[in-house]
Amino acid sequence: MGPGLGWLALLMVVPCGLIFTYAFFERGLYGGIDYIWTFENFTRAADPLYLGIFLRSARIALTATAIAILIAYPAAYAITRAPKHWQTALLILVILPFWSNYLIRTYAWIVMLNREGLINGALEGAGVIDEPLPLLYNSFAVVVGLVYNYTPFVVLAIYSSLSRINRETIEASEDLGASTFTTFRRVILPQTVSGVAAGGVFVFVLSIGNFITPDLLGGGRLQMVGNLIYDQFLSARDWPFGAVLSMFLIAIMMVLLFTQAVLAGRASGERTNS
Amino acid sequence: MSPRMPAALKLHMVLFYAFLYVPILVLMALSFNRAGLPTVWTGFSLEWYGKLFSADPIIRAARNTLVVALASTALATVIGTALAVGVETRRQSAALDALLFAPMIIPDIVLAIALLSFYTALNMTLGLHSIILSHVVFNIAFVVAVVRTRMRHFDHSILEASADLGASEFTTFRRVLLPAIAPGVIAGALLSFTLSVDEFIIAYFTAGAGQGSTTLPMQIYAMIRFGVTPEINAMATIVMGVSFALVLIAQRADKGVFTR
Repeated sequence: MGPGLGWLALLMVVPCGLIFTYAFFERGLYGGIDYIWTFENFTRAADPLYLGIFLRSARIALTATAIAILIAYPAAYAITRAPKHWQTALLILVILPFWSNYLIRTYAWIVMLNREGLINGALEGAGVIDEPLPLLYNSFAVVVGLVYNYTPFVVLAIYSSLSRINRETIEASEDLGASTFTTFRRVILPQTVSGVAAGGVFVFVLSIGNFITPDLLGGGRLQMVGNLIYDQFLSARDWPFGAVLSMFLIAIMMVLLFTQAVLAGRASGERTNS
Repeated sequence: MSPRMPAALKLHMVLFYAFLYVPILVLMALSFNRAGLPTVWTGFSLEWYGKLFSADPIIRAARNTLVVALASTALATVIGTALAVGVETRRQSAALDALLFAPMIIPDIVLAIALLSFYTALNMTLGLHSIILSHVVFNIAFVVAVVRTRMRHFDHSILEASADLGASEFTTFRRVLLPAIAPGVIAGALLSFTLSVDEFIIAYFTAGAGQGSTTLPMQIYAMIRFGVTPEINAMATIVMGVSFALVLIAQRADKGVFTR
């Protein structure tokens, strides 16, 4: 165990601790750090300009999360209802793109959404539009990219909680005369809250800190927190401020993971109590 | 479950898989398009692949990627397997679980700047070695996760039986435990390799200045920033083909790796 824990301690815990401390120092004149205590980096993060970027990132991440869940839930449900010997193949088809290069999956949407791209081409060919739609380099494209990249994980998370549902609870509900919708709302949905939460937190966390998608599909015009952090480290060379922004990101992530753990704990508690 | 599936659900499933695969398939098809541009098909051609293999920066980037992926996979597989075995044979600890899970969920931009800050603070020269050190961090987490799930489906009393029969701890590991978890170890290694080959942000931040340690994803990023070109389509097709093949082999090695 020693080497593994040592590796993670030295190359994950210590570096994260380091940027945590950088957040409290002043930036050096030529980049780098001046070791003078200050809280100025934090007050600067509250500037409306940066607050606006945080809020926009949160809004985009939330939209992507909601859409991903709406697409993933019925897909996961359909997979659990497919014949048993198909289910593994269907799941593997879901995760296969997820394990391929993120840059390429994002680039594929530049090809799909650009002015001469497949979607505009098809719509023009069908005579639906005369002028190509501006589908690329805006928040729409960023949301599409995030949903595309992260929905597979949500399907897996929801599938895993759906497949753990005791089939008899559904039959009991149907035998007692509940409609399909009532059975779904009162029996199935409550038992999959932890799966939805796990998938949702994953999409939200990875979306709000994303750098590649806004950079490539937002055309660099649409800044999100990830791009802001990137700029502080590679172009503005204001490391302490970049460190503060990363801390916010980590804080949001921890709050969400904690909430999700509580939800999952409550769900499993209910299952053992009943 | 139930044999009948509502038509709306079936339609959703078809649209969902189309959403996942149409962009990828379009990209792959265009890599063989003579004109190399979207919308119009002008005939089959391997021209763009030829251009790719005669470009020195791309060949060098591919070589760098291979070095980084092989080294970080080898390190992470050994270290991660030992860690997984250690964790699973001891008492459960939520803190330890969180530490092992963290590299998978930390936004990669945060890990990237943290590592860059750390290496800079140590006055370390950056290059392929610093990318390798960094990739091992998240590769360990994936190897641990895969091997741990494999171990949970393993009857631990067999280990006690082996010890009772007088086998040393090392013999028990080599003759009893390792054969049982080997599929997980192999799958973990293949997934690590795939992750490392595809990883961009952490490599980008820890590669240092200069072209010497450019990896394939860094090269792809630079090309995409430059614009849509047929060469990218060709490269994307090769890189995706390799990833898909590795993931499918990992699944064959350890049947439950994705579905347990």
